[in-house]
Amino acid sequence: MFYDVIIVGGGLAGMRAAIAAHDAGAKVGLISKIHPVRSHSGAAQGGINAALANHPQGKDDTPERHAYDTIKGSDFLADQDAVEIMTSAAPGIIFEFEHWGCPFSRFEDGSIAQRPFGGAGFPRTCYGADRTGLYLLHTLFEQVVKRKIDVLYERFVTKLTVKGGRCAGVIVMNLHSGEFQAIGGNAVIFATGGSGRVYSVNTTNAHASTGLGVVIPYWAGIPLEDMEFIQFHPTGLDGSSILMTEGCRGEGGYLINNKGERFMKNYVSEKIMELAPRDITARAMQTEINEGRGFEDRYLHLDLRHLGAKKIMERLPGIREICLNFKSIDPIKDPIPVHPAMHYTMGGIECDKDGVTKIDGFYAAGECACVSVHGANRLGGNSLLDTVVFGARCGRHAADRVKKMSQTVDTDTLDSALKEEKERYKQLCSSSGKENPYTIKNELSQVMMDKFGIFRNETDMKKGLEEAKILKERFAHIRAIPDTGKFNYDFLWVTEIAGNIEAGLCIATGALARSESRGSHFRIDFSKRDDEKWLKHSLFTYVPEGPQLSYQPVTMGKYKPEERKY
Amino acid sequence: MPTFKVFRYNPKTGDQAYFQTYQLPEIKGMTVLEGLYYILENIDPTLAFRSSCRQGVCGSCAMHIGEKYRLACETQIADIGDSVSIRPLAHMKIIRDLVVDLDPFFAQYEKIKPYLIPSGEPPTREFKQSPAQRAKIDFHVDCILCACCYGSCPVVATDEKYLGPHALLKALRFVDDSRDGATNERLAYLASDFGVFRCHTIFNCQQVCPKDLDPTGAIGKLKMKALWAKFTGKLGKNE
Repeated sequence: MFYDVIIVGGGLAGMRAAIAAHDAGAKVGLISKIHPVRSHSGAAQGGINAALANHPQGKDDTPERHAYDTIKGSDFLADQDAVEIMTSAAPGIIFEFEHWGCPFSRFEDGSIAQRPFGGAGFPRTCYGADRTGLYLLHTLFEQVVKRKIDVLYERFVTKLTVKGGRCAGVIVMNLHSGEFQAIGGNAVIFATGGSGRVYSVNTTNAHASTGLGVVIPYWAGIPLEDMEFIQFHPTGLDGSSILMTEGCRGEGGYLINNKGERFMKNYVSEKIMELAPRDITARAMQTEINEGRGFEDRYLHLDLRHLGAKKIMERLPGIREICLNFKSIDPIKDPIPVHPAMHYTMGGIECDKDGVTKIDGFYAAGECACVSVHGANRLGGNSLLDTVVFGARCGRHAADRVKKMSQTVDTDTLDSALKEEKERYKQLCSSSGKENPYTIKNELSQVMMDKFGIFRNETDMKKGLEEAKILKERFAHIRAIPDTGKFNYDFLWVTEIAGNIEAGLCIATGALARSESRGSHFRIDFSKRDDEKWLKHSLFTYVPEGPQLSYQPVTMGKYKPEERKY
Repeated sequence: MPTFKVFRYNPKTGDQAYFQTYQLPEIKGMTVLEGLYYILENIDPTLAFRSSCRQGVCGSCAMHIGEKYRLACETQIADIGDSVSIRPLAHMKIIRDLVVDLDPFFAQYEKIKPYLIPSGEPPTREFKQSPAQRAKIDFHVDCILCACCYGSCPVVATDEKYLGPHALLKALRFVDDSRDGATNERLAYLASDFGVFRCHTIFNCQQVCPKDLDPTGAIGKLKMKALWAKFTGKLGKNE
């Protein structure tokens, strides 16, 4: 099987890349371990940022202002040229979605509705109720269907084949047949999403968002970037950690502690309150909880009751549905119990603004990539934008690159990789080990949450890194995987745990090394930002004994680092 | 202690399908999906089931639980009782355990041209759409394609060419969209032999929809629209 461009991942970045590559004339194969409409992009709720200036209070908004907010939000770690590309492409890409039928909510004048979001100078978050991700995802799938792009769903990529610095394709397990297959391609784009399940005890992310998608290229020699920057969303639903959109606060919701106080006034200006950026809000919340002002020492209240039934039903119907189904509470009548939950990986596969990586023909886009537009802290509403802007750029670049190439399928490399994977599977199925892999996953995520959470310090992190290394060691002795043939989900989930562990080791190593506080990375032993020493990206290169760290400069531009005040 | 009675089938073993019983610990607030994961991780790694978002939006974990087609992730075990029977969605080929072949489901979806066909060149900014026009497609656009409706529909069971409630709901989403310009073309197709008039109005799809959508109502609306278009000559001559 051969494609000009193989895309791994069927979420917003992957499908947008597939459409761009297809429209540029390439033969595209879209591969995903789940069906594209099942992707976690669909769980995004609050919206997507673009300076459309539709909102009555946003008439002066511009892409430049959007860029400034993004760079300040990133704590000046974002690459400024990439941010400018993203914010200037934003209006066009939103209009394109609208022309494709995306059902955005509307203002009275018929224009796309926008709401305020954290860290933004103007209300610029375009939304469709609180189901924006679902609408964008289904709109893209509709366009994929229209173009009759090959969708190979429930194919689980286990290996990226690279020979002589060039990418030859991927090895997948076809879950439908239970067989391994080689798929050759002149270009391979990874758009595999985030790594939330490294923190599976407390994450908003889907089971599928494991981090294996950044780890497979990492194993193949492609560096990862800024892995220590982990975003905790302020409002995960108590218990399940399901996302309660920032749109709740954008629409006017309050955060309340056990004294009945809107405590955000003690952390940011009264103008900003609940709409501070996520890193600051999450730290404020954790401080309230740690200092005894939480409920049951665990959560705070997200109070929507004053918004009234009509507004809640119209703007936040999905939030209400989740609260009813998962917590048996109705936000019209009850406050929502929330706590910070791991939400987003700012870091990922190191790539440039076209998704180009160190390996010829290999690209990355979306949450698995690190362009970097989010730096040390992403603003709400910018991740959906990142996926589609850079997905499209990446798809176009890959298609242009392969256009003039012949079908240079490297059969030898693919065949030997295929043989290796089959052999590895056989070994996994005949292991005599005793460890339960899922116990290791659970223990790892507890270590990550306890030692690499919102507040970090050297002593705990050193201990945590050692614990993670021991878990990796134990993982080498897991019990046998049953060879069930079709839909071997045990094989899939256990393989994902190997990804959890490697991604976790990168996060841990990067966090321990970075002796400063920047954005989401907060060290109680180094509580200030240190631009002199640390205004630089971390790079992680795979070596068997653990990630090798190096650094590269941030691309600066118009905006000089300043104190981040809100 | 909750007990799960789970449908098992693996073509590789050559065995007949059977139900397997698992004992689960009592954990407050545990969902059926969490129960299935508990089994996979602690009792039986051979169990196959789809899942991803665990928050009722990806549509992966639709199955027959208790007496109803629903999503395992948003179903609390406590709401069903201590004995939970779990079967795969019906009317589709069972591949293994709770995993069914969704290819026909998506093939039917593709047939209705599930994408906007605007009447003219798009403007430089957005198409203007008033809140009232947008409200006409409220709910229809919330479908997550989980296939609960498809699995519950007796017409799907007996007629493999029937487009199915999911595809027809999707069709109304475009017919009712102020930006779409292909209404008559769409209605002509939907009024053909395997479209809206094959629906027997049994309401199963409406009853099971985990998102409280109304495919039955949507099909009824399309029937009226198709008839009206037919009587007013908008669908062309009879053959």
